[in-house]
Amino acid sequence: MSFLQFILKHRLEITTRSLEHIRLVLWSMMFSIVIGIPLGVLLARHPRLRAVILGTNNVIQTIPSLALFGLLLPIPWLGVRADRLTITALTLYALLPIVRNTYTGISGVDPSVLEVATGMGLTPRQILWHVEVPLAFPVLLGGVRVATVITIGVATIAAAIGAGGLGEFIFRGLAMVDNNVILAGAVPAALMALLADGSIGLLQRGARWRRR
Amino acid sequence: MMKDRSDIAIEFVHVDYAVNETRAIIADLNLEIRSHEILILLGRSGSGKTTTLKLINCLLSPTRGEVRVEGRNTQQWNPIQLRRRIGYAVQEVGLFPHYTVEGNVALIPKMEGWDKRRIEQRTTEILSLVGLPNEQFARRYPHELSGGQRQRVGLARALAADPPILLMDEPFGALDPLTRAEMQREFKLLQNRLGTTVVFVTHDVTEALLLGDRIVLMDGGASVGAFTPEEFVRSSNENVKAYVEIYRSSSQMLNE
Repeated sequence: MSFLQFILKHRLEITTRSLEHIRLVLWSMMFSIVIGIPLGVLLARHPRLRAVILGTNNVIQTIPSLALFGLLLPIPWLGVRADRLTITALTLYALLPIVRNTYTGISGVDPSVLEVATGMGLTPRQILWHVEVPLAFPVLLGGVRVATVITIGVATIAAAIGAGGLGEFIFRGLAMVDNNVILAGAVPAALMALLADGSIGLLQRGARWRRR
Repeated sequence: MMKDRSDIAIEFVHVDYAVNETRAIIADLNLEIRSHEILILLGRSGSGKTTTLKLINCLLSPTRGEVRVEGRNTQQWNPIQLRRRIGYAVQEVGLFPHYTVEGNVALIPKMEGWDKRRIEQRTTEILSLVGLPNEQFARRYPHELSGGQRQRVGLARALAADPPILLMDEPFGALDPLTRAEMQREFKLLQNRLGTTVVFVTHDVTEALLLGDRIVLMDGGASVGAFTPEEFVRSSNENVKAYVEIYRSSSQMLNE
């Protein structure tokens, strides 16, 4: 059976697994953005925290994903459901690029622009929302872009602990030594990553046009 | 005889400003800026002109002495309220690149919570006042404007919330001579009309003589003295004479 025939025959399961995969990725990205961007802003405000926060994130990044799933397993509320655990692990992985880019973007805003904003009578909060975040936006989006691609890739490991997703095919294919089965998981995941990379890249370019 | 204090918009009383204990940038500065006048701070780079401006809108705080705005020590003002009463226009940078002309000008009125119609009215009015017709310019971004146009937007933005005081830091410094002369003329007329108190930093003596109601020459972080343009030209002060000399020789060259 050719790969195409295989895909057609299993299109229903591939669709289901893809949707599972997307669900894991979207939840993880949402959490990592909600946590990561404020952390990045905090870093830009208090550079002393830099070593601690970026260091911790770097360490997390070095833990192999399979091991991270294992480490999180004994934690009471998390270990109960595979998707909770997966989303937590993926969120942790996605954090580093988002925190780092937010920090880089915010601290890269021209200080003279900030001084004028202050001199005009904007409050620090207004400066953050009306000047710093918009000006840092393309860089910030770059972090989200990298994080999304990483997450789509790492999410395939989730199948190892039974959280579903496209990894199901990959692990099954490995066990069966069947390339078609492996590819049925790998190809959609790769396409997904390319699509995410491309579309966020487009958004990024759109945000850049408004600047110089 | 008691002087009438209500004429004084801004006052510096024995003001020192030092970055650390050794390096004083402003040393015992005394200054009175009257309401509705254009006061020029003239001096070479490093004489403390810009620092003086920043002490007025509380971007910096004096290490000694008092800066008073409308009779009240700046340290006792809420800095946000103080700054919203003071327009601030600086050279080149300063426009927000991610906002349109309209967005830049309307920012402070928006923060002040003006209603939409009033903001629109004010934006149109102030843009036409600085010579930028609303229909043509409102939706452009700063990078789509020439240097002179950007400077006009900077001025419009500084004036948008109708502040009684305006601080300008070499606002025309980066413009070509023709545009600069045009802006200077228009600015003088505009200020006459609005009656805004203006503190204007420049190192260009011609600009100082043209625009200033009074000129304060600064040297080493202190004031050498305050002069009307007429007094300035006739002064026997050595520092002032050096500036007048430059002015004379350049206009002489033109006459020859």
